[in-house]
Amino acid sequence: MPAYSVVVDVMLKPEILDPAGQAVANALPALGLGPTSSLRIGKHVEISLEADDEAGALAMATSMAQVLLANPVIEDFSVRLA
Amino acid sequence: MTARIGVVTFPGSLDDRDAQRAIRLAGGEPVALWHGDHDLQGVDAVVLPGGFSYGDYLRAGAIARFAPAMASVIEQAGRGLPVLGICNGFQVLCESGLLPGALTRNVELHFVNRDQRLVVESTASPWTSAFEPGQEIVIPVKNGEGNYVASTEVLDALEGEGRVIARYLGRNPNGSARDIAGIRNERGNVVGVMPHPEHAVESLIGTAGTDGLGFFSGLVTTLVAA
Repeated sequence: MPAYSVVVDVMLKPEILDPAGQAVANALPALGLGPTSSLRIGKHVEISLEADDEAGALAMATSMAQVLLANPVIEDFSVRLA
Repeated sequence: MTARIGVVTFPGSLDDRDAQRAIRLAGGEPVALWHGDHDLQGVDAVVLPGGFSYGDYLRAGAIARFAPAMASVIEQAGRGLPVLGICNGFQVLCESGLLPGALTRNVELHFVNRDQRLVVESTASPWTSAFEPGQEIVIPVKNGEGNYVASTEVLDALEGEGRVIARYLGRNPNGSARDIAGIRNERGNVVGVMPHPEHAVESLIGTAGTDGLGFFSGLVTTLVAA
């Protein structure tokens, strides 16, 4: 089976507070950068896997995100080919 | 009979021995359970202890929920087995779906470690049956990801159904929604609490007194009476 590289990005849902993102956003102006109107921190997961085709690779990564990589109570995720 | 209460040790659990000790002081028989073992050894109840199971990688409790022992805990909790998740154990219960909501980074980002005043609300659980509704207790809180979040509908349901077992009094240590420190499931057999009752069971140690003992003695009393 061909190898694919898939990326899963996991972000806190917009309504969930991201204190780490806020702390970074607040630090930027002290460095002369910004201001920012929003800064949120998420997780970027790179996966190498084998699948029949691109659709199969994306489906596998989606399953991984649904079961483990993201918590649907607090997080959204997106899946794409690298 | 003697109440046999299991304590699951995950890689990264810190408070499993403290929980075992609290169970013993409450008159129960602690049983050490291993995360990699499906067998719960016929225990009458289970405590999921505090700590950083599997390094809290990905999310606190996210990997622990798939441990073989948790498959048995989830199955037996569905049949009424009393389960108490403390701190990391609470996170595991939320990740596993036994309790609603999730626990996220403390609002002020600091790891908070102090004696915490709580008010006990729901006593309709074996774990809180030793308390009176409205009773104020002090037990230590120590967490970095203790900010309880859930949708407005879930929060309203928890409050409407009397499923908040305790709230923070005074300064909210982590930003938890509606000052929630602990919740229970519909049946009352599964309880998650962020502060640590097992650290307040002996007057000799610490400053918080022995208010935490009630979580374990209430359970033991319930089990022995059954």
